[in-house]
Amino acid sequence: MLNQFITDPMVLRAAQAAGAAILALMVAYLARRADINMQREAIVSLVRGISQIVIVGLLLTIVLGRARWLSAFVLLAMTLAGAAIAARRTKQIPGILQVTMRSIVLGAGLVIGIMVGLEVIDRSPATLIPVGSMIIANAMNTTALALDRFRAEVEAHTGQIEAGLALGAASTVVVAPYLKAAVQAGMIPSVNNLRSLGIVWIPGVMAGMVLAGTDPIEAAIYQFVVVAMLFATAGTTALLCTLFVRSHAFSAAEQLTLRMKA
Amino acid sequence: MTDNSRTGGGIHAGSASYAGRATVIETRKLSRTVQGKLLVDDISLEVKQGEIVAVVGPSGAGKSSFLRLINRLDEPTGGTVYLDGLDYRQLAPRELRRRVGMVMQSAYLFPGTVAENLCFGPRQHGEDLPVQEIDRLLEQTGLEGFAQREVLHLSGGEAQRVSLARTLANKPEVLLLDEPTSALDERAEREIEALLMRVLRDHHLTALMVTHDTAQAERIADRAILIEAGRLILNGSVQEVLNAEPVHH
Repeated sequence: MLNQFITDPMVLRAAQAAGAAILALMVAYLARRADINMQREAIVSLVRGISQIVIVGLLLTIVLGRARWLSAFVLLAMTLAGAAIAARRTKQIPGILQVTMRSIVLGAGLVIGIMVGLEVIDRSPATLIPVGSMIIANAMNTTALALDRFRAEVEAHTGQIEAGLALGAASTVVVAPYLKAAVQAGMIPSVNNLRSLGIVWIPGVMAGMVLAGTDPIEAAIYQFVVVAMLFATAGTTALLCTLFVRSHAFSAAEQLTLRMKA
Repeated sequence: MTDNSRTGGGIHAGSASYAGRATVIETRKLSRTVQGKLLVDDISLEVKQGEIVAVVGPSGAGKSSFLRLINRLDEPTGGTVYLDGLDYRQLAPRELRRRVGMVMQSAYLFPGTVAENLCFGPRQHGEDLPVQEIDRLLEQTGLEGFAQREVLHLSGGEAQRVSLARTLANKPEVLLLDEPTSALDERAEREIEALLMRVLRDHHLTALMVTHDTAQAERIADRAILIEAGRLILNGSVQEVLNAEPVHH
């Protein structure tokens, strides 16, 4: 309907964004009437979301077609931001930033490196930045979910952990069931995505490729490649972050030194 | 600093009947500070072979913190502990904890059967607990026929018995008991207490037991120490310490 009144493509997109934002605000308003106050958060998130994505768009117009090292710089910046966000989501664990940083840098870096090395991901910034960002975002979410679950498990089972230590068990033994639960929790979204691929959802990469005129079968196969990469990222990052948080939680003398902040 | 005027001028040598025996546990100027707060303050204590020492004092005085330091579940920020004359920092923490067993306020059993819980400690040191040994420990702790019971279905008293049997399965030389009966009802408390007295004597174990129950301290212990605000205030006969303890007596 909007394109009947607006001919300029940029103005049209802005109008579409405004329409989507109004819909989101209406939902927040309805929620408030049900005594669920999310208006402020909705407004802040919408303003933040549009600002961030427009800035990224501007950055991409600068980076695309330029030197390849620029994409490495952009991906590194995204990784650092992801580590900071994941650390904020699990801020009850003291000193957790170094764990999220190492997990995301290594987890996402390893998958991006291997995929670029195998030429599954094209080295051009136009491909590397968007696909790399998906991998980093997935590593961030996996890390946050796994660490949050680890925190909850340790809080709930401090007695059992210390009882095990007091019986002469190694920290690796007493914490093993809780690390397993944390890895599983971190991987749930990626496992679900892989399972429901094509049945419940047609992901953005495939939709974009089809809209751009690529053969749907080719688009589908590439989408599978992307989702499989995300799965590999989740597995690698979940294992790495639980490995790092384990050594973060215990001292060399096998003492549980992790004390949660309020 | 410890109030030496009340502890007889330094490390107490233990009650008279244990005077000639070897010292098994010695804490020397043991301290722990967390975020500027002194939890344990310069405690020096000797415990002789086979001696049972009650640790009394008001809530939050640092009694449990003191026990955790002896098991090295927490790291001292000052001083150290000697086990059979050896600085415990020279022992691997896992070996130390096998030799110095700890029974906590709650049982904290692992999911699974009673037998699996009993086998846990020895397995950490590469040993399989023979079935006869499991049966012997269960009999000793009044749990005959409980080997294959799921721990989920145990009462509080039964769970604490399993916790004691699980610690004994490691064949410790010293037992640290951190209010082992405080989470139980009166009947279970008396049963566990009787069991403890029997087991401690049968195994000739050296023990430190935190208790808030002065009558229990009188029944079980050979000697008592009073801790207040992390400091060792008094070290002497049970009666002497209980008479001096203002809160519980």
